[in-house]
Amino acid sequence: MLNLFRIAIRNLMRYKRRTFLTASLITIGVVFVLVFIAVSGSFRNMMVGEITDSFLGHMQIHKKGYVASIDTLPLTMNMGTQAVKKVEKAISEVPGIEASSMRIKFGGMFSNFVETTNVRLNGVYPEDEIRTVPLFPERIIKGDKIIRKGEILVPELLAKGMKVKVGDMIVVVATNRDGSVNGKQFTVGGILESATGPGGRDGYIHMDDALEVLRMDGVEISEIALRLNDFSNLDEISGKLNNILSTELNKEGKPAFEVHTWEKLSPFYNIARMIDIMTLSIKVMLIAIVLISIMNVMIMAVYERIREIGTIAAIGTLPKKILSMFIIEGFSLGVLGALIGNIIGVSAVYLLNISELTFNFGRWQLLLMQ
Amino acid sequence: MSLIIAENVSKTYISGEITIEALRGLSFQIEPASFISFVGPSGSGKTTLLNLIGCLDAPTSGTLRVSDADVSHLGRKSSADFRGKNIGFIFQDFNLLPVLTVYENVEYPLLMVQDTPAIERRDRVLSLIDSVGMIDQKDKYPDQISGGQKQRVAVARALVTKPKLVLADEPTANLDHKTAYMVINIMKKMKDESGTTFIFSTHDQKVVGEAEMIFTLEDGEIAGKSAPGGNGHA
Repeated sequence: MLNLFRIAIRNLMRYKRRTFLTASLITIGVVFVLVFIAVSGSFRNMMVGEITDSFLGHMQIHKKGYVASIDTLPLTMNMGTQAVKKVEKAISEVPGIEASSMRIKFGGMFSNFVETTNVRLNGVYPEDEIRTVPLFPERIIKGDKIIRKGEILVPELLAKGMKVKVGDMIVVVATNRDGSVNGKQFTVGGILESATGPGGRDGYIHMDDALEVLRMDGVEISEIALRLNDFSNLDEISGKLNNILSTELNKEGKPAFEVHTWEKLSPFYNIARMIDIMTLSIKVMLIAIVLISIMNVMIMAVYERIREIGTIAAIGTLPKKILSMFIIEGFSLGVLGALIGNIIGVSAVYLLNISELTFNFGRWQLLLMQ
Repeated sequence: MSLIIAENVSKTYISGEITIEALRGLSFQIEPASFISFVGPSGSGKTTLLNLIGCLDAPTSGTLRVSDADVSHLGRKSSADFRGKNIGFIFQDFNLLPVLTVYENVEYPLLMVQDTPAIERRDRVLSLIDSVGMIDQKDKYPDQISGGQKQRVAVARALVTKPKLVLADEPTANLDHKTAYMVINIMKKMKDESGTTFIFSTHDQKVVGEAEMIFTLEDGEIAGKSAPGGNGHA
């Protein structure tokens, strides 16, 4: 085998220009694909990280049917105290869950005493929320990075439209599940940057304030967001939780809860899927380019070396060994191009990484490589 | 026991609607350790016959036995295997592998065809390169040596596997007279030393005289057989 490699390498060196051109083509292809995969992968991971770590969580648990009706934020589909206990028990039985955060989501009226508009609000326990979505404080672009009782974090666009700033007094009016209306004054504690996806333009208040506005006696939870120790275990943990919770049935005899991973909650998942498909397509294209260019060179080599092939065949070289010689030559050419391409590609990715180039995506300015 | 026995061997090529009878019912025998020449004009069937004896092609009809084996219907793998063990080749254009040195060219059949152990390989290759007077050039590549030297290397390569038979198709056609005689004499010397049968085709009447037996081919048939005896022109 070593002798076949030796002959292959010498034959490649014999046609230096052709070898150089073909290896260069392969190199360029590999560099392009590596950089593309790195940039697209980085963008994908960064976006997923932004979405899951700043407001969505890695997965969420709701009462069955809540997600399908999420546009109306139905208070009638909240989980009651007993249901919450069952979910908390299920969470405690599944290892790998780092944190969880209970949320009451509701719609109300937001008034600055001059104008009134609609608002979607989340009532949360601040410590749990920050442990579950650790990038949440970074979304607070004005004001203290905390949710205090009596304060509200107002979404950026709402604050702009209603001309409110940190420290202003506003009123939130909401209807509870029994239909009675209640209002409460809040101080604007911070302005919240918008994020892409469901809940990305919601305001935040303390859970106790939410319970007060909604006149709830006990805790009623719209969703429980979860954060995992290891994001790569998402499907496994989601499956385990689903298995446990599927045994809890509602009055109709159907599962009382539903577990959704971020993929089922965020429209960005479709973009992520598209990135994955594009990456796969580019990889297939690269392999096709490499194989076709090597095949082209090898066909030329065979036609040029008919006499040599005849000679070694006459000497008694077995046909499969002759075939091996050309396959090894093509393989060596491919490996050479791929190796150089990898070195240059990895270097290029490293340089992009340390150069900290940024680009704008929607309202975000993101690093090209992270 | 004859090394080669041909009985009524014919070879016909069909190209479109044209049928060419390259060999027409040849029958002959060649003894071991002989120095044989096939002569004849272009198109007389010399190369076709050498191709059949060398198992590079198969006869259309008739029986051809080489070294007690019927080679009339060998498959690709079997014929390659048979050639590797029994037959050496010398070509008109030398056909040394350009990416290998003189040493490596001679070593090639032992390395790539017969898998001979390294020590035995080295001894045999160096001995043969020495025998053909190329020991000082052993590390040179084919494009660094002359035509005569290339053919001497080709002779060494053909003999390195200790074949029973060496076939040489016009081995001196691309050489001047002096070099041609030198190559033929090296072939004769090797024949005497190793007992290998040499069969060569040629146009060169002066070289022909070196053969122990001459078969004259005309239109695919043996037109004559003579034994000049070889008179050592070198």
